[in-house]
Amino acid sequence: MLSIENLQASVDEKAILKGLNLSVGAGEVHAIMGPNGAGKSTLSNVMGGRPGYEATGGSVTLDGVNLLELEPEERAYAGLFLAFQYPVELPGVSNMEFLKAAVEANCENRGVEAPNTPAFLKAAREACAQVNLNPDFLKRGVNEGFSGGERKRNEILQMIMLQPKLCVLDETDSGLDIDALQVVADGVNSMRSDDRGFVVITHYQRLLDYIVPDFVHVLSDGKIIKSGGSELALELEKNGYGWIEQEVA
Amino acid sequence: MSESVERINERLASDYEAGFVTDVENDSLPPGLDEDTVRAISARKNEPEWLLEWRLKAFAKWKTLTEPEWAHVSYQKIDFQALSYYSAPKGQGDGPKSLDEVDPEILRTYEKLGIPLHEQKRLAGVVAVDVVFDSVSIHTTFKDKLAEAGVIFCPISEAVKDHPELVKKYLGTVVPISDNFYACLNSAVFSDGSFVFIPKGVTCPMELSTYFRINAMNTGQFERTLIIAEEGASVSYLEGCTAPMRDENQLHAAVVELIALDDAKIKYSTVQNWYMGDEEGRGGVYNFVTKRGLCKGRNSHISWTQVETGSAITWKYPSVVLRGDNSIGEFYSVALTRGRQQADTGTKMIHMGKNTRSTIISKGISAARSENCYRGLVRVAPTAEGARNFTQCDSLLIGDTCGAHTFPYIESRNNSAVIEHEASTSKVSDDQLFLCQQRGLDPEKAVSMIVNGFCKEVFRELPMEFAVEAGKLLEISLEGSVG
Ligand SMILES: Nc1ncnc2c1ncn2[C@@H]1O[C@H](COP(=O)(O)OP(=O)(O)OP(=O)(O)O)[C@@H](O)[C@H]1O
Ligand SMILES: [Mg+2]
Repeated sequence: MLSIENLQASVDEKAILKGLNLSVGAGEVHAIMGPNGAGKSTLSNVMGGRPGYEATGGSVTLDGVNLLELEPEERAYAGLFLAFQYPVELPGVSNMEFLKAAVEANCENRGVEAPNTPAFLKAAREACAQVNLNPDFLKRGVNEGFSGGERKRNEILQMIMLQPKLCVLDETDSGLDIDALQVVADGVNSMRSDDRGFVVITHYQRLLDYIVPDFVHVLSDGKIIKSGGSELALELEKNGYGWIEQEVA
Repeated sequence: MSESVERINERLASDYEAGFVTDVENDSLPPGLDEDTVRAISARKNEPEWLLEWRLKAFAKWKTLTEPEWAHVSYQKIDFQALSYYSAPKGQGDGPKSLDEVDPEILRTYEKLGIPLHEQKRLAGVVAVDVVFDSVSIHTTFKDKLAEAGVIFCPISEAVKDHPELVKKYLGTVVPISDNFYACLNSAVFSDGSFVFIPKGVTCPMELSTYFRINAMNTGQFERTLIIAEEGASVSYLEGCTAPMRDENQLHAAVVELIALDDAKIKYSTVQNWYMGDEEGRGGVYNFVTKRGLCKGRNSHISWTQVETGSAITWKYPSVVLRGDNSIGEFYSVALTRGRQQADTGTKMIHMGKNTRSTIISKGISAARSENCYRGLVRVAPTAEGARNFTQCDSLLIGDTCGAHTFPYIESRNNSAVIEHEASTSKVSDDQLFLCQQRGLDPEKAVSMIVNGFCKEVFRELPMEFAVEAGKLLEISLEGSVG
């Protein structure tokens, strides 16, 4: 469903992604690991169309749609969801109103009927339960005063509500306690399905104990330098990245 | 500036849905201002001698005053001789009529603006409306129903005739004729406006509102509003304003006086959407307004809430004089500037009585090349034992070509006073916009949501149906402001 070919991207005119290839099939979970500063978050930002992240070559297509030509919100309509490494606050904008507007915009643009208010409220409360957030969080401002872990769970809440085709999770596990990690993983696992793909960016095997990936890739210096099955993550955990980087060099 | 901010700023500049002109014949005074103009206005309104005298006194004073220049705004000096000081649609000059007599063009104007004048069309009749078109009041709804409760709600020109003792007793007692340049001018030439009197112990049975519209070209609008709540009375009043899009600037110099006696409560809300001018700053309304409330009695309570989105220039400081012991003054403000708009607005809280309390919440939002300035004074007199003030003053910037300024003045002459001031300036960040867009919201929707969130504490103070209206107005106003 997702196909990234020879993607090159720069930030502030500095080349960060240097010919990256990745293809994710429907129903698959891909983990991306790699040293700090390798370009993992950049990849997710370029996919989402964040201002300042410029794709200078290559392509990113989701079910045949070239994402790079679209506005960020249109990429969302096409089915892309990014869970952010550092979710920001929207003070005074209630989670509920934010979710409702987002769900409605996505439904409208995907040509499906938006749920009526009672159905929406029900779904929102269920999603809260699923990520173990008290429904009172729906009334609070988006991420306003949320703890780090609550923010990450709120990202999963949004993911559940928006039903995307492709979910990219950028270090959603960092800063989580063990219980929250379980909650996040359960959220992801509950959404795994034959028509949905996942790209999970992480530094730790720990998360992959809960979300077992079909493929693991190592991203280093703007490229995927090694790919394998879930056992690759265990190897990385044990030996670090040095040996692969040497192998490639 | 990010691409999305540019997209919003472009759209912000454009739409003004109330910008149409109504084609009616006018009975206008020729441009120019001298004593004869004042006399002519008074004569057109068949006013009693005492009021003419009052106007002439104001005019004599005005000639000795000069325009204030301390505000953080810049504009070409107004040529007061080039303005017309009275304009009324033909045949409507001497006060409100039954609806059958109102020019259908004018009725259509209000329908278009979403203010139907037929009472049965109003939602369950919860709001009574007085509508002022240029210099005259066209129609007041629900007068009979209000009269049953003892409430007087009518054009001030009518009150002058029917309730002269009340008008005489209170007019100019809160804003004296010599108060400031524009208030003084208003006192000399004021045209129409609303008069509200809530007798002792009465809670006004419905929201009252006045809708002001400037239509005629080169005409100043000088309305005068006077609201009195006697002992234990309470009332909630709302004003709304629009004007057509014209290349010339229109002057609006209103005076509003509120008087609350013992245990009375007045809540005054404004949704101001005068025409702001085009992207280059041509045209638009100069909104130079004096609004002041007097908490005259013990435990009285006056609350100003304003949502200011229109006007080329806004110069406005709704204030409260807290004279009665334990009285409360509040000011909740949202001021949005975009395009080339300039706003210098804020409040004054003058504490005189014991244990008086005031709250100021000001939210300024600036976009494009606009300038938004909060100016506020908290003064505690030596007599104001135990006075308290809390001020919170937040600015939100959209893009990086606009300006936000805060000028808080504090003068405390009583050591027991507690004055707290909090201020913040933030930007609609690219990260926030990207989060919203990634979730499927277009940049306009995103900004309007963020701005609405920023204004929440103020919108909460508006009467329910107007809160919704204000939110929508903000949304419309913000269309095109993200660049
Ligand atoms: N906005 C930016 N301005 C300047 N440099 C940037 C920006 N964003 C990313 N970079 C640079 O691009 C490189 C890749 O950063 P990126 O955030 O993609 O790394 P990462 O693989 O996600 O690292 P981590 O594991 O620490 O999250 C880094 O050198 C970083 O400093
Ligand atoms: Mg990262």
